[in-house]
Amino acid sequence: MDANWIAIAASIVLQSSPLIIAVCGETLSERAGVVNLSLDGSLLLSAMAGFAAAYVSNSLLLGFLAGAGVGALMALVVAFGSLALRQSQVAVGFVLTLLGDSLSAFLGQNFTRLPGIWVPRLPIPWLKDIPVLGPIVFNQDLVVYFALVLTLASTWWIFHSRPGLALRSAGERPEAAFARGVAVRKLRYAYAVLGGALVGVAGAAYSLDVKIGWAEGHTRGLGWIALAIVIFGGWSPLRGALGVLLFVATRSVISVVLQRSLGESSVVVLNALPWLLMLLVLLVVSGRLGGQLLARLPAPLQRPLRGLMQAAPPAALGAELKEG
Amino acid sequence: MRVELDKISKSFGPVQANRGISLTFEAGRIYGLLGENGAGKSTLMKILSGYQTPDSGRILLDAVPQQFRSPLDALAAGIGMLYQDPLDVPPFTVLENYLLGQPGGLAIPRRTAADQLRQLGQHYGFDVHPHERIEDLSLGERQQLELLRLLSGGAQLLILDEPTTGISAEQKSVLFNSLRDLARKERKTLILVSHKLEEVQDLCDQAIVLRQGDYVGGAKLPCPSRKLVNLMFAELPRRAPRPRPVAGTPQLELRDLVVRTPRLALQPVDLSLHAGEVLGLAGLEGNGQELLLRACAGLLPLAGGELRLAGQRQPRLDYLAARKLGLHYLAAGRLEEGLVSGMTLAEHMALVSQNGLFVDRAASRAQTRRQIKQYQIVARPGSRVEELSGGNQQRVLFGLLPDDAQLILAEHPTRGLDLRSSDWIWQQLDLRRREGAAILFLSADLDELLERSDRIAVFSGGRMSRLLDARQTSLNELGHLIGGGA
Amino acid sequence: MTRPAWLAQLWTLAPVLAALLLTSLLLVAFGASPAEAFSAMWQGAFGSQDRLLTTVAFWIPLLLSALGLLVSFRAGLWNIGIEGQFILGAIGASWVALSLQLPAPLQISLEVLAAMAAGALWAALAGLLKRWGVHEIFGGLALNNLAVILTNFMISGPWQPPEGGSFRGTAPFHADALLPLVGSTRFSLVALALAGLAFGLVLLALRNSRWGLRLKALGRNPRSARLLGVSSRRETLLAMAFCGALAGLGGALRVLSWFDSLRQSISGGIGYLALMVVILAAFRLFWTPLVAFFFASVLSGSIVLQLRTQLHSSLGDILTGVMVLLVLLFGNREVLQTWWSEVRSARRTPGRQS
Repeated sequence: MDANWIAIAASIVLQSSPLIIAVCGETLSERAGVVNLSLDGSLLLSAMAGFAAAYVSNSLLLGFLAGAGVGALMALVVAFGSLALRQSQVAVGFVLTLLGDSLSAFLGQNFTRLPGIWVPRLPIPWLKDIPVLGPIVFNQDLVVYFALVLTLASTWWIFHSRPGLALRSAGERPEAAFARGVAVRKLRYAYAVLGGALVGVAGAAYSLDVKIGWAEGHTRGLGWIALAIVIFGGWSPLRGALGVLLFVATRSVISVVLQRSLGESSVVVLNALPWLLMLLVLLVVSGRLGGQLLARLPAPLQRPLRGLMQAAPPAALGAELKEG
Repeated sequence: MRVELDKISKSFGPVQANRGISLTFEAGRIYGLLGENGAGKSTLMKILSGYQTPDSGRILLDAVPQQFRSPLDALAAGIGMLYQDPLDVPPFTVLENYLLGQPGGLAIPRRTAADQLRQLGQHYGFDVHPHERIEDLSLGERQQLELLRLLSGGAQLLILDEPTTGISAEQKSVLFNSLRDLARKERKTLILVSHKLEEVQDLCDQAIVLRQGDYVGGAKLPCPSRKLVNLMFAELPRRAPRPRPVAGTPQLELRDLVVRTPRLALQPVDLSLHAGEVLGLAGLEGNGQELLLRACAGLLPLAGGELRLAGQRQPRLDYLAARKLGLHYLAAGRLEEGLVSGMTLAEHMALVSQNGLFVDRAASRAQTRRQIKQYQIVARPGSRVEELSGGNQQRVLFGLLPDDAQLILAEHPTRGLDLRSSDWIWQQLDLRRREGAAILFLSADLDELLERSDRIAVFSGGRMSRLLDARQTSLNELGHLIGGGA
Repeated sequence: MTRPAWLAQLWTLAPVLAALLLTSLLLVAFGASPAEAFSAMWQGAFGSQDRLLTTVAFWIPLLLSALGLLVSFRAGLWNIGIEGQFILGAIGASWVALSLQLPAPLQISLEVLAAMAAGALWAALAGLLKRWGVHEIFGGLALNNLAVILTNFMISGPWQPPEGGSFRGTAPFHADALLPLVGSTRFSLVALALAGLAFGLVLLALRNSRWGLRLKALGRNPRSARLLGVSSRRETLLAMAFCGALAGLGGALRVLSWFDSLRQSISGGIGYLALMVVILAAFRLFWTPLVAFFFASVLSGSIVLQLRTQLHSSLGDILTGVMVLLVLLFGNREVLQTWWSEVRSARRTPGRQS
């Protein structure tokens, strides 16, 4: 493989990592039945908080902790609003999205465009020497390794561990979970907050690693992309992570091709690309377009492919918890 | 284990569901809990199994007072409840569903747990496949799994809520045999909640009858059924006689009709339904009768074949177009699919019966008042539909049917209603049919099918049986066909 | 309830006061005096007749968007795409303004119609996407971003002013294409009249029309609505288009009276703000203009605040955002009481309702 392509692949992996972390976090939360729609605002605010904390304290660890704390707090508000006060998750999440955006602009006004600290590269001995895979995956930094481990660990946790059973049952059939002794409400709080903290880590990973620094609207739009990729991934972290890689790779490749062929005016197409991709992917995954494509395939292929392409959301996702 | 209920009371708002009920259940016996809808059976059993807490009164196990905070508490103390709609997780595998809530390490020991589950099944005579998905199982199989879960959780007293609704005759006899074994061999206590007298007579040692929240008496079984009926009803409901069918013009004709969903394909159906005729569809849930009914209403797309309404071919039928041709669909879930919570009766009336750009409030109120009178609905025009009881909601739905309905398709028209309301619903349907409407309905209640239809079609695995004459068939024949016999 | 009713009414104010308090704390943290800041905001919004009229001029497009949202929310739709519909309205009006030269009344009528059509079409697109299985939140959001990108493309491409792209907008429209303004403000009586008309129309649609009843049924229970003869396809598209048309009208007023040309951030988030207005007004028609006016005052005040104190202008957004959040969470006293009693009684009685 061309060294140039390897460099591009490595940068795709690096750029995907925060988004993967956010997708894993949101997947955990939605599997438990809580939609945290505030992702876009959470990412912005935690990116700002992470940068500011690291800048002031000169400590990366404090930066990431601040990001995680902010993300967890936002998720806690969504969870509290829906689980305790029975308000619409969508409404609370939407308001928090805007509030997070404006808070990040206001609180971050004195941290704009400052040189900060960043996550250093940390090649893993031995593994980095594997041909192709080594330089792409193992010659990276801790954020990338964290995303990798998180993806595998959360996939195992959700689908193959005993607590994962409780997690999924709370999102699919809370009354059955309750009958087996699962504390559904507590569990939903816990995973919502954990998911929010991961989103916060993702936000800090942007300002401290992938898009180093802070400016107003630093990550605007990425939260919505993450929410769409959770759907694309069929509420599985592994498939979500693949979705992120696919998304970032498509964008990188098309941007390289476009810049060569179109020059100046490519910027318009390039900016529009993520949103067109998002629409297309959602049409295929959850929409009628996907169904029509499937219907044209030979019958024996249809069922397994439908399972692969079109996953159903957790049945009780976003539903009010009925008790008493 | 000896279980005592001591003066249990519970009310929901103004409704007193249980009023100072005291009962004793002995080990090794099977009890039948009888009563009309709203008699308080479910509430009492939910209290016993830890889903609800009583307002006052005590539960004693072997003379020790207990306080259940959750169903898990109750199960730990030896009381388990099997619901009509099993409390399982549909996308899980049988094994995952079994392991949910059981203590153990982080990882799932799939192989050993699967072996354990199979052995447990063998012990109670059930055939268990640990890696199948719950959503692919029949209702009967799901009940068996729930039973296994409760038994392995240490249940000494088992409550079964209408366990025979929606399972086949064969599955029912398997179930009853294992229940008898549980009582005789393992000394378990069983409580069967039912309003089917024959079942209670068949299985139980003793009957317990509730009426409007009170315990009104019991009887050693078997005993004359009339005695139980007299206890259940303060006044005996009168049953309307079945009218003679009036054969008219064909309202609905199906030729080689095919419907496909990812879960089930309905084999080609040929059928014709005439004005003034009642056709019943029998079968276990998910065997294709629901698909047929929905496809006839344009609520599901056709995958092939021909459908005619009043002689007119309808290649791409849509429900809204079908309504204009006089077809009306009554779904089973009244507040889920039928009425709109938060809207008043008068608003419903204005929605379906008025034309023009603006709502004529006075007219819709007047019309609603007339319907309330005619259909004996306990409500005012300004009442919201969710404030009404189930029976009254069903009456409202009938009040919303226009006078010129030609073809009425109904899912479970009397599910969850007491005898009086059911009988009233059928009087209304008979009235419609005498005016020339054709009626196609599906039901899980074989008695209702036999008593109310002119002809019956039975569905099994997506295949429709030949059409049976309701006067000449029997419960046995229906049960045989439902189980997949020819 | 034994306590007097006015106490319950008063409770609604508690989250509002809490929001003011929190924002004050934020100001103190940034070394600014809350009293000075709020008085600067007051001055900015109402300090003179011109300022008041400017606030009103900001209020009108916001109100139009919020009125549209009342209709789409009635049908149960989260029309987050209203921001894009607003922008498309601005683009539609600009298109007519830049390509035609007619007598003012005709010119302006055509601009307004084009704007409403463009907004309605953009909204219908989100409605179509929903029919094809893409939730309106995601569809709307993608369309919002595409609308912004389209604006940038038009400004830097086909509609670039002759002197080049240094100025972030098109060249100013000719005088007959713009709304007549009052004095040196951005306030136009025509705009106010159009907003009044829209209010009457929405009132009629929601309170008295059969269409409003159909939307209500659809919004509360789409499955039941279908069995009662309501076409969800048709009504969804119509409700979206209606909302989009009003938002498009708002966008037109923005280019034809607030500005005099199509600018890069022509909306500046008015669509999102309208969503907040409607949520804070709890979807009630008569509260909507009041809440929208409050929002308009805060935002036009915070522009002056920024000029005076050098503090970021997002302070106004924070004040309104915190207020909406707190009202959403704590505004309903009964909900709070239920929750508090649940917390206090450790004994839980879960399970399904019988």
